[in-house]
Amino acid sequence: MAEKLETAHAGFLRRYVFSTDHKVIGIQYLLVSMGMAVVGGLLAVLIRLQLAWPGEKWPWLGKLFPDGMAGGVMKPEFYLSLVTMHGTLMIFFVVSLALLGGFGNFLIPLQVGARDMAFPFLNMLSFWTLVPGCLIMLGSFLVEGGAAAAGWTAYPPLSAVRSAIPGSQWGQTLWIVAMALFIVSFTMGGLNYVTTILDLRTRGMSLMRMPVTLWTLFFASALGLVAFPPLTAAAVMLLLDRHFGTSFFLPSGLFFGNQVLPNEGGTPLLWQHLFWFLGHPEVYVLILPALGIVLEILPVFARKPVFGYRLTVYSLVAIAFLSMIVWGHHMYVSGMSPYLGEFFAIGTMAITIPSAVIGTNMIATLWGGSLRFTTPMLFALAALVFFGTGGFGGIFLGNAASDIYLHDSYFVVGHFHFMIGGVTLMAAFAGCYYWFPKMFGRMMSERLGKLHFWLTFPTFYAIFLLMHYMGLAGMPRRYYAFDRFEFLEALQAPQVWITLIAFVLSAAQLLFLINFLGSLLRGAVAGPNPWGATTLEWAAPSPPPHGNWGDQLPEVHRWPYDYSVPGAPTDFTPQTAGPAEVPITF
Amino acid sequence: MQTSNAPTKQSQREGRVLAVVVWLIGMAIVGIGSRRWLPPLASEHGAGIDSMLNYLMITVGALVLSGHLVVGWFLWRFGRGQPVSFRLASWRIERRWSLVPVVLLAVVAEGGVLALGLPVWAKIYGEPPAGSLTVEVTGEQFAWNVRYAGADGKFGRTLPKRITLDNPLGLDSSDPASADDIIALNEIRVPVNRPVRIRLRSKDVLHSFYLPYLRVKQDAVPGMNIELWFVPTRTGTFELACAELCGLGHYEMRGLLFVLLEEQFQHWLKEQKNG
Amino acid sequence: MSQAHIVGPMAPAWGGGVSPFRIGWNKLMMWIFIIGDALLFAGFLAGYGFLRLASGSWPDRSQVFELSFIALMTFTLITSSATMATAVGASQRGERKLVLVFLGLTILGGLAFLAMQAYEWSGLIRAGASLASNPWGVPLFGATFFMITGFHGTHVLVGVLILAITAARFQTGRGRPEGVELAGLYWHFVDLVWVFIFTLFYLV
Repeated sequence: MAEKLETAHAGFLRRYVFSTDHKVIGIQYLLVSMGMAVVGGLLAVLIRLQLAWPGEKWPWLGKLFPDGMAGGVMKPEFYLSLVTMHGTLMIFFVVSLALLGGFGNFLIPLQVGARDMAFPFLNMLSFWTLVPGCLIMLGSFLVEGGAAAAGWTAYPPLSAVRSAIPGSQWGQTLWIVAMALFIVSFTMGGLNYVTTILDLRTRGMSLMRMPVTLWTLFFASALGLVAFPPLTAAAVMLLLDRHFGTSFFLPSGLFFGNQVLPNEGGTPLLWQHLFWFLGHPEVYVLILPALGIVLEILPVFARKPVFGYRLTVYSLVAIAFLSMIVWGHHMYVSGMSPYLGEFFAIGTMAITIPSAVIGTNMIATLWGGSLRFTTPMLFALAALVFFGTGGFGGIFLGNAASDIYLHDSYFVVGHFHFMIGGVTLMAAFAGCYYWFPKMFGRMMSERLGKLHFWLTFPTFYAIFLLMHYMGLAGMPRRYYAFDRFEFLEALQAPQVWITLIAFVLSAAQLLFLINFLGSLLRGAVAGPNPWGATTLEWAAPSPPPHGNWGDQLPEVHRWPYDYSVPGAPTDFTPQTAGPAEVPITF
Repeated sequence: MQTSNAPTKQSQREGRVLAVVVWLIGMAIVGIGSRRWLPPLASEHGAGIDSMLNYLMITVGALVLSGHLVVGWFLWRFGRGQPVSFRLASWRIERRWSLVPVVLLAVVAEGGVLALGLPVWAKIYGEPPAGSLTVEVTGEQFAWNVRYAGADGKFGRTLPKRITLDNPLGLDSSDPASADDIIALNEIRVPVNRPVRIRLRSKDVLHSFYLPYLRVKQDAVPGMNIELWFVPTRTGTFELACAELCGLGHYEMRGLLFVLLEEQFQHWLKEQKNG
Repeated sequence: MSQAHIVGPMAPAWGGGVSPFRIGWNKLMMWIFIIGDALLFAGFLAGYGFLRLASGSWPDRSQVFELSFIALMTFTLITSSATMATAVGASQRGERKLVLVFLGLTILGGLAFLAMQAYEWSGLIRAGASLASNPWGVPLFGATFFMITGFHGTHVLVGVLILAITAARFQTGRGRPEGVELAGLYWHFVDLVWVFIFTLFYLV
């Protein structure tokens, strides 16, 4: 056991604020991610407002943002800050936070049968390092020049030269500092996750008896631990270029504001290589836990084992490894050597194979099942569908030749929203509805949940599907308005439809928030295992006490998918059930 | 143990609605996708890119449609509240069914890239043919500076420290080769059916030289001289846009490519030299 | 019986309830942290390599540095690794006095390294070197030098602090051999990074 249990006499601060209990920390992460999601969503609404009605006057918004929307009209630099911060917040401070910080923290010790993480104090530090990161990110809107505006990808020279765009004054520096805090927080968390999964599994919990969720969290954490450091190095170099006169990313002869800058020797391509070395594995860090949640929920609501457990694990290994050698597919037209382009295209196409195996395994899990369409199941199915469509769309982009046309177009925006918004967000919702009873001892409202689903799934699909076609029509991304080009004229009408649908989508999320908060206070009381699931967390009370397991750690005798075992008394057999009670089938 | 996920008539109905929605979406994707979205082609190598895109639209479209049909069918068939009919696949069955995505994707994705994509890529990044017209394009916040070498066929030296409002490229007048250089702003004129070599540069931040109708896109990187080439195949006026975030004017960096008949082009060239 | 369905030679090690690598969670964590930190330095060195290859000329190191002095710094750090290893061995055998002595020697070695690094830096800065420019050639030479040696020096400083805390713990009798081992892992890592920096920046 890693650390002495705290007594129940700890004060409010120790128990709920600076808690070292992984369950509290997980919920803290989840709540923060929900708050940041509201901010990120509002940024998206503002973006959509501008794109549907470019140059329109919004007087009340002008009062809210006196700088960025002076006179009620959105300035291009403000628009670019919105785009930059929407991406940054959603990727790091919402999805990563919810899936890894929230579900990772809550589930890992419970699903491996441990009392807590390996190093609970470090876990607490990880959350409290993140909080200042969030505050600094949000605070960057208030500094002179506004928030960073060079895209979440922060390509220099735009992000390195302070006069290149207003957001590159202090906003970009604060962005770098906040990202550094995020990376430190992630590293502390990731160290805990990997160590706990390797070292603290309870008796009988061999690696091949772990739920797929644990495998995905393991690989996502390991991938993140290995992929973030080069970004840290790049961020340091960017900071030095911005404030200390170095030229890591800046060549000679740059001309800004009527003068030639004194830098020499650097190249913007170095940033791109270092950034995408993290950037590509990062998207797998986000999607792997989401896939794990889907593969966790499908068997429960099909009442049968997941299809292809072994092959799924092998595919996860392949994806994790391959994801580290394909970063160049973000740089096909960057000016790097075309031979590199060929190499990266071949690797990127290879990664479609294990991804397709996982997708097939998800679909095959449904075959022959007894499907129950609860809210978690509906959202898990939505994630499955988005994984398919979005994943297939990625083939267009992974192919170097077709990417020449589609690079930096709305096809990319549609694709990554399917993956990061579709798969990960739907999976996060599925996870919330599914594990809410375990976290809080109450059930969320199925009625509100289904309404939330039916208002979210079709609208999300419509918005980002349309963007794929707009990309095929040639529409570039990060444009403040599309009214300067004739070839984009016909696409103005879809912009309006997308915005209107986006309003519905955003409003629908209120249903989730109302459901979440309302159920906390007045939801139906939940037993330890309301869904009839087999994984270890459902053997603990809802919510589990400090230390999770009482006097005795659980002992595992079977894999987590013994649903509908022939001859068993119930249609699910928990992992702790011995072989004498129900035969072991796998 | 109490379970709250026993099948109810209500949830079975929802399952069927979801199945129908999934089918409809699959069909909509293919239906909408079958319309002509690509702008009419105006370049030679663009045919290779378009064939790649069309190949993918057909194969990926088929995969997406069949995926949606299958998922919808599974939801319809197994959501009726009936008991589990197929529980645990053997290792052999798992392997066999996993071969399906492996083979499909290996053929469609990897095969497509290797067989179709690489030759297109190699041609685009291969050597431009002899007799190309070379045009230098230098992106800046927020315009395209265009330069022709003039009669001597040589581009004059440019120095950043000589840049002024009237001399946006910083042409060095002490270099004799720069005397006859032809400068234009946001307008490129080329003859039809002749290869054009673009020498792409940037003065300040990253830009991207993007000709949608000609399927040309290449980042302009400060500190690098990047070469690309294409052959315009029909006359007309084609818009040039920036495709890499470059600042607050990124959305209005509009240029025009005028593809002229050879005589018209020569006539224009002569006018510049005399003027 | 519960292990019955886990087959293969790895079964007892990986069957849950024990640590599969027979090392505690804290050592495992330190190893993973070291891997991540190594990749941080790899990022810096990769950037340095990329830029150095891209630049036409690079200052001749023998003109800029007193290579015998750098060799002395390297020797000092490597020796401190040796004293560290001795301290670890002594802690495993429970020889408290020896642990304190050799921890102390390691700390001295680290401080000596830092002092020499500071001396080198001050000499270069007085000659006109900075992050933005230097008198020997391309400005990136100074930038990469100060950035990489700065990060490494910071790691050495943190290492010295860790060793001091470990030694203080041992002094008061609260130390565990595991703590010395963990500190040793970190210290060896910092030493190894220096070998790479020394080779790739000063020699090659």
